[in-house]
Amino acid sequence: MAYSNKVLDHYENPRNVGSLPKDDAHVGTGLVGAPECGDVMKLQVKINPDTGVIDDAKFKTFGCGSAIASSSLATEWLKGKTVDEALAIKNTDIVNELALPPVKIHCSVLAEDAIKAAIADYRKKQGQDADVPAAEAHAQPNA
Amino acid sequence: MKLPIYMDYHATTPVDPRVLEAMLPFFTEHFGNAASRNHAFGWAAEQAVDQARKQVADLIGANVKEVIFTSGATESNNLAIKGVAEMYREKGNHIITCVTEHKAVIDTCKKLEKQGARVTYLPVQKDGRISLDDLRAAITDKTILITIMAANNEIGVLQPIEEIGAIAKEKGILFHTDAVQVVGKIPFDVNASKVDLVSLSAHKMYGPKGVGALYVRRRNPRVLLSEQNNGGGHERGMRSGTLNVPGIVGLGKAAEIARLEMAAEGERLRTLRDRLNAGLHKNLDELYINGSMEHRLPHSLNISFAYVEGESLLMGVSDVAVSSGSACTSASLEPSYVLKALGAGDDLAHSSIRFGLGRFTTEAEVDYVIDKLTTVVRRLREMSPLYEMVKEGVDLSKMQWVTH
Repeated sequence: MAYSNKVLDHYENPRNVGSLPKDDAHVGTGLVGAPECGDVMKLQVKINPDTGVIDDAKFKTFGCGSAIASSSLATEWLKGKTVDEALAIKNTDIVNELALPPVKIHCSVLAEDAIKAAIADYRKKQGQDADVPAAEAHAQPNA
Repeated sequence: MKLPIYMDYHATTPVDPRVLEAMLPFFTEHFGNAASRNHAFGWAAEQAVDQARKQVADLIGANVKEVIFTSGATESNNLAIKGVAEMYREKGNHIITCVTEHKAVIDTCKKLEKQGARVTYLPVQKDGRISLDDLRAAITDKTILITIMAANNEIGVLQPIEEIGAIAKEKGILFHTDAVQVVGKIPFDVNASKVDLVSLSAHKMYGPKGVGALYVRRRNPRVLLSEQNNGGGHERGMRSGTLNVPGIVGLGKAAEIARLEMAAEGERLRTLRDRLNAGLHKNLDELYINGSMEHRLPHSLNISFAYVEGESLLMGVSDVAVSSGSACTSASLEPSYVLKALGAGDDLAHSSIRFGLGRFTTEAEVDYVIDKLTTVVRRLREMSPLYEMVKEGVDLSKMQWVTH
């Protein structure tokens, strides 16, 4: 399969790989996907309480090159956006930017889910209404 | 060292220059039709085909009359299985095979099921081998054929062919084996293995693509096949179609070279394979070998690099040609059915890489692959949320993942 140059670039030079302190009240963590499906994304956002702007974003991804590129791109886009702007990012934006082929569209869907899950987690911590679409995709350890 | 490095010899092999040299005159100078019995052009072709038949027969301990040339192992498998099912219809309609067979066997069996045959797909144990007790238990008085591969193409695991042959013989059931990964690689003898039908292919043993053979036993018992190609009655009526003379010459030459060099080549490749395995294990933790290490082709290794997805691994080692059981590398988006059948879990199937060493693999290449894999796996694990969670002490199997 041929990869687009943008996918290759994000794979070779992923932006914002890493972790933020997940217990920080201003950090939201989204963990979506499943190992047996071959894709797991962890995406974190750190939100400035005064401005409501995403100051920092980090990711770690287990998945194919397109999944890595989708999450890397997502973190790049998230920085500097408000929460509402972040929620407006659609998987199709990622598909277009990375020129993903049809079989890789699920990677972009996962990235969108990860953004929503991270923000839902942040809102939950803040005691805000966590009613964000696809927030149920947030994986939880069994009780 | 030349890049990219080819380490996917289960998929195919390059034509050995000696094989190519033997083939070339049969494209131009000796272009005759082997069935033209009335002139010198035909005689030259026929003589070359006879010689190739002898070379193939000698490699597997067969008689020349037991070798039927085909277009490759897929055709050989189709001819063997469909040919037996049709010919022995009166005797029974039950076939026994195994879940890790090549699609050329599985899909042939599925087609026969649609036409009324009954097929048992034996499971495999964790080591990739079938259980002989399962095999015995599956046999009924309607069983006409057991078809079990000699070695698996993904994991390189050898099935207990001689034991299966003994059971088949005892019960009076025909035994076919798809031996493409074995013939020319390790000793294989049709009588020691007690097989009645054997599929083999030239391009897996340094011959050309598009040519293979089916061994069909002529004595004890005399196996009859219902032909699948109708036409000029070539190959004792079992496979009509003008013979691919250059291809057959290539198959013959490849078989001869394999017979003479197999012992030394097998040992050399075993040493290199073990070097690869040891090198990877020295540098990396959490590696899982798929399938039995004891019952395995000497040039074969299949490893799951836990917490790293296979396709992303392949992207990182783009100057090394290997393959993965990851779903992302298959058209179906399903991980390898062979690895799933081992019961190791889909996550490990997604993380698997198959290494196939061969005649032209060097020690320097093996060392390069060890270094490259080490670097890429470390980099991807740094990027892997699963590796991070495991290092933090999270039990991944206790997580509730949301699949979609």
